[in-house]
Amino acid sequence: MELVIAITLGVLTSTGVYLMLRARTFSVVLGLTLLSHGVNLFLFSMGRLVTESPAVIGLSDTYTDPLPQALVLTAIVISFSMTAFVVVLALKAAVELRSDHVDGEDPNEDRQ
Amino acid sequence: MNHLVIMPIVIPLLTGAFLLVMYGYNIGRQRSLSIGSTVLLVALAVWAVMQAGVSDYTLYRLGNWQPPFGIVLVLDRLSAIMLLLTALLSLFCVLYASRGADRAGSHFHALLQFQLMGINGAFLTGDLFNLFVFFEVLLIASYALLLHGGGRARSRAGLHYVIINLAGSALFLLALGILYGLTGTLNMADLARVIASAPEADLPLLKAAALLLMVVFGIKGALLPLLFWLPRAYSAASAPVAALFAIMTKVGFYAMVRVFLVVFGLNAGAPANDTVIAWLWPMALITLALGGIGVLGAASLRTLTAYMVIVSVGILLATVSLNDSYALAASLYYLLHSTCMTAAFFLLADLIGRYRENGYDRFSVISPLAHRWVLGSLFLMAAVSMASLPPFSGFISKAWILQSSSGLLGYLWLWGAILVSGLFIIAALSRAGSGWFWRPGERTIEQTPPLDRARTATVGLMVAISLALALFAQPVMNYLEAAADLIYHPAGYVDAVLGDYVRQSLEVTE
Repeated sequence: MELVIAITLGVLTSTGVYLMLRARTFSVVLGLTLLSHGVNLFLFSMGRLVTESPAVIGLSDTYTDPLPQALVLTAIVISFSMTAFVVVLALKAAVELRSDHVDGEDPNEDRQ
Repeated sequence: MNHLVIMPIVIPLLTGAFLLVMYGYNIGRQRSLSIGSTVLLVALAVWAVMQAGVSDYTLYRLGNWQPPFGIVLVLDRLSAIMLLLTALLSLFCVLYASRGADRAGSHFHALLQFQLMGINGAFLTGDLFNLFVFFEVLLIASYALLLHGGGRARSRAGLHYVIINLAGSALFLLALGILYGLTGTLNMADLARVIASAPEADLPLLKAAALLLMVVFGIKGALLPLLFWLPRAYSAASAPVAALFAIMTKVGFYAMVRVFLVVFGLNAGAPANDTVIAWLWPMALITLALGGIGVLGAASLRTLTAYMVIVSVGILLATVSLNDSYALAASLYYLLHSTCMTAAFFLLADLIGRYRENGYDRFSVISPLAHRWVLGSLFLMAAVSMASLPPFSGFISKAWILQSSSGLLGYLWLWGAILVSGLFIIAALSRAGSGWFWRPGERTIEQTPPLDRARTATVGLMVAISLALALFAQPVMNYLEAAADLIYHPAGYVDAVLGDYVRQSLEVTE
C-alpha cells in the first residue's frame, strides 16, 4: 500500500506542478487542484498507513490516528473553496482582459 | 481564564458576519458598525499590551482543553504589539475608506472585518495548524479586498496574487504534514519540546519542513524570489486596502520569528534554524537591494511605496537573521515605524492624486495641484520620516538597527545595504516631491475642489504617530527589548503553555 500511495502522490504532485507552470489560467487552475489533492493525500498518510483499525483506542489491537483525518477535512474544505474562488476569478480576468493568459496578455501575440 | 484574550478574534468575526447578513443596511450604518468594531479593537489591544507587560504569557484554552490536546491562544508582548499595530492601522484605513472608497464595491466593511479576524488570529494562536487556518481566513478576505472596486489592473494583479498564495498554502500543508508525521503534535510549545529532543535521523526532514515554512512565510512576507507579485498587487489595490496590506507582509515576518525562534529555537544548537538563517540572510540582503533599485525605478507613488514595503521587509528579515535579541528588538521598532509610514504613503498617494488635475499619482505627468501648501507639508513630513531623517521615528529605528547590529557577523553588509537603500529612498522621494510641488504646471480649471479635511487629518494622524513613536521612544524600546528577550527564551514559552501537562504526566509515571 505504501508503494501505491507514494506513486499516487508523485503523479498527482508532478502533474500538478507541470500544469501550474503552463501559461493559460485553465491549466493553472487544474494544476492547483491536482496539487491540493496530492497535498491532502500526503497529510492524510502522515497519520501512518494502517488498515482495519478504528480511530478509537481500545476497540482493537491497533488504532488509526484520527487527527490527520480531521486536519485533512479542514484542508479539503479550504482548498475546495479556494478553487471555486480562483475559477471565478480566472473567468472574470479572462472576460475583462480578453485573454486567458496568466499575464492577461499573450506575449507572443504580435509575432503570430 | 480571561475571555478578553479571544475578543480580538470574536469581535471582527461577529461584526463581519452581521454586516454580511445585513448587506441591505445603508452605508452610514455599515460604516458606524465597522468603525465601532475597530475602535473596540484598539481598546482591546491597549489592554493586551498592558496585560502582556504585567504577566509574560497569558493563555486562553479554547473549549478549556488542556494543551497540547486543544488549541491554545498565547498572548505575549510580541503578539500584543502586533495586535495594537493592526488595530490602529485598520482604524485609519476604515476612517479613510469611509470617505467614499468603500462604495466602489460591495461588502468592503465586512471583508475588512474578516481580514482583521484572520490577522489577529494569526498573531494570537499557539497552534501551527490553527496558524494555517487563520492565514487562509486573512488571505481569502484579502483576495476579495484586492479586487474591491474592480477594473483590469486589479483582475490581473489579483490572479497572480491568488495563484501564488494557493501554491503557498499547499506548501504550508506539506510542511505541517512532515512536522506532524515526525513529532505527532502541532502545538507550538509541544513541537518545540519534541524538536529539541529529536533524534539525529529526523534532522534532514526537520530541516526540509523548516525550509518549506520559510518559503511559505517568504511568500507572505515578500522575500526575494517570491516577491514579484507584490508591486503590482499593492499598486493596483485601492488606497485603504493597500494601506491595510502594509501589515500583511509583517504577518509573514511575525510567523518567521515565532516559528523559527520559538518552535525551532529551543535546542541550544538549533540546527534546523541555522539552515534557515543561512538561506534567509543573503536572500534578505538581496531583497533589500532590489527594493532600493525598485524605489528608484518606480513610475508612480503607489509603486514606489510598494517597493518601500519590499525595502522594509528586507531590513526586517536581514536584522532577524543576525540572530540576536537586541537586534530583534531594534527590528520590531522598525516594524512599527515602517508599517505605519508605508500605509501613510499609500493613503497620501491617493490623497494627492485626487487633487492633481491629471495623471493621478504618476511621476511622468506634469500637472497642476490644488492645496499645494497643505499637501506639500504633509508629504514633506511623511518623506522625512520615511527617509529616516530626524526628528521622526525612522531615524531612531535605523540608528538603533545600525547600533544593535554593529559587531555581529556580517554587519557591514547590512549597514551598506541599509544606508544605500536609504539614500535611494531620499533621492526618489525628493524627485517626486520637487516635481509635484515646485513645478506644478499651468492650471486649466478655475475652480479648486475643497480640501477633504477628514482624509487629510487621517494621513496627518498617521504621520503624527511616527512622531509620537520618536517622542516616547524610551518606554517603547524598553517594552520591545522585553518582547525580544521573551522570544529568545523559548523555554519560558514552553513552560507557560505545557507546564501543567508535563508536571501531571510526571506524577502519573511516578
